[in-house]
Amino acid sequence: MNDRVRSMRDALLETLIDRMAVDADLFLLSGDFGSPVLDRLRVAYPDRFINVGIAEQNLINVAAGLALEDCKVVAYAIAPFLTLRAFEQIRTNLALMAEFRPMTVLLVGVGAGFSYTLAGPTHQCLEDLTVMRALPNLDIYCPADWPTAQALAVQCLNRSRISYLRLDAAALPVLPTLRDEPADSPSSFRLLRTGGSLVLLATGYMSHVALRLADRLADEGKACGVIDLYALSRFDASALAGALARYATVMSLEEGFIACGGLDALTLNLVNDYQLRCRVIARGIPAGYRFGQGSREQLLTKAGLGEATLWQHVSHLATRENAPDEI
Amino acid sequence: MNYSAPLPLDLPALRQKARWVWRETLRIHRRSPETRVASALSCVEILVALYYGGFLRYDPKQPFWPGRDRFIASKGHGAISLYPILADRGFFPHEALTQIGQPGALLSVIPEPAIPGVETVNGALGHGVGVGCGMALALQRRDPDRRVVVLVGDGELHEGANWEAFMLAAQHRLDNLSVIVDNNRISMLGPTDAIVSHRSLPVKLEAFGWAAASVDGHDLEALLTILAAVTPGQPRCIIADTHKGRGVPGLEDAPLSHVTSIPPAQLDALLGETP
Repeated sequence: MNDRVRSMRDALLETLIDRMAVDADLFLLSGDFGSPVLDRLRVAYPDRFINVGIAEQNLINVAAGLALEDCKVVAYAIAPFLTLRAFEQIRTNLALMAEFRPMTVLLVGVGAGFSYTLAGPTHQCLEDLTVMRALPNLDIYCPADWPTAQALAVQCLNRSRISYLRLDAAALPVLPTLRDEPADSPSSFRLLRTGGSLVLLATGYMSHVALRLADRLADEGKACGVIDLYALSRFDASALAGALARYATVMSLEEGFIACGGLDALTLNLVNDYQLRCRVIARGIPAGYRFGQGSREQLLTKAGLGEATLWQHVSHLATRENAPDEI
Repeated sequence: MNYSAPLPLDLPALRQKARWVWRETLRIHRRSPETRVASALSCVEILVALYYGGFLRYDPKQPFWPGRDRFIASKGHGAISLYPILADRGFFPHEALTQIGQPGALLSVIPEPAIPGVETVNGALGHGVGVGCGMALALQRRDPDRRVVVLVGDGELHEGANWEAFMLAAQHRLDNLSVIVDNNRISMLGPTDAIVSHRSLPVKLEAFGWAAASVDGHDLEALLTILAAVTPGQPRCIIADTHKGRGVPGLEDAPLSHVTSIPPAQLDALLGETP
């Protein structure tokens, strides 16, 4: 199908156009950031599309003010500028304020990880999971494909919560799931593969990498589990612990700085809280900023998270852990 | 009942009320020396004009009454002089004034949104104008007669987010938004002019597309006049020239008044009370 590979951003904006037609209190605020699909939206709803200019602090503050007046607000900007430039605005006027007043604000940050491959480290975003996870009262989502992004956005706008949706800038294929999960009601994670004694617990773009690694293992007659975890703050912990429990090793895979409180910390805490017996191997981006251009895979390779390196690691683990004496 | 009908006290009564708020603010500081009293004393008349002069519409029995005007005391530290007013108007009992800063007390050293009559989180500076902008945008569509009033300090205007909001408000012609600058010209470490001068705030604000005017921020009559003015199609900024630590010898206009506590004996003498 032609629409299998699609940008999450465009899919999300189309969902918003539909929602704005039926919800007169829904606003889209942009930090002077858009796309051709956005042009359709701003022509259709000029009074509820507000471009605040290149001013992310004000983007958040205005979103908070509108939300306090019972409007639903989507605040849309490039991920690092949204989450890092405006962090204290998010903390004070959204996370803190949400202790007192119900607010429906969906923060949409585009450009997860290295997905702006040519723009360099200012536009790439390896810190957002860390800093957003530091904030209470914030639901964090990192979808790996556009149907999930669309469905999560609808869910977020249907409840009085502050949410952060971390979108990849690249057009990515739809992840095949094992079961017939209803695409319109995502919960926290989905199983992409099961089997073996190793499971790859990935988020966002790394879920696609994990799936490719599992398929290569399958070509060699080996198996590993793959879980796409898209909810990174509030998630179904007991269900996820149940899914991990059968494995001897969990490898967390994130396109974000490692050992800074992102998916790796989530995994370690979960394993600890549920007293799972699996060991955790955390893979992410080692500390440091890397200048220079390249493809996504080249940038990941430069940062030590290339597919070839991961393949060596994963195939070694899968070989060892599939050995008969360990079954 | 609600208090949407203008109360307005007449000028002598307003002056009396301002004197009472000034004294109550000192009493609060007597009990809670950690409160930022100098910053609270510079905005007494501004708050009295807003709450008793018929300008703000509110209902103490329904703090989130949809027909209210929204007031944000963005200079959170300086808002303890708001407490006696909110108590007097019936938002909470007077006895709450005696417990500020104590464990479990309703009233905090910096106002929190758990307090009836407080709209937003403040204290972290530079947020009120932007949040007020968002409120004004929503009300502009839904109920353009409602006002949003934000009180900021001149030191607070060093925060760049204010200026992002000033630009947006003018662009969207938010004439339901007013910003009052408590221009006491002193921030924590000294005179604002000696730190990073604003030069001329009226000129700056006008250049940003606002209707701006200066007023003596301790002159209730002048405040009422300027508050009553309307500027269709333009947000309004009132630069209220004030004195930090107003009325307290040794504190008034002292460069370090922000972090200065008034000694209990001086407070007792000022209040004419024996400890």
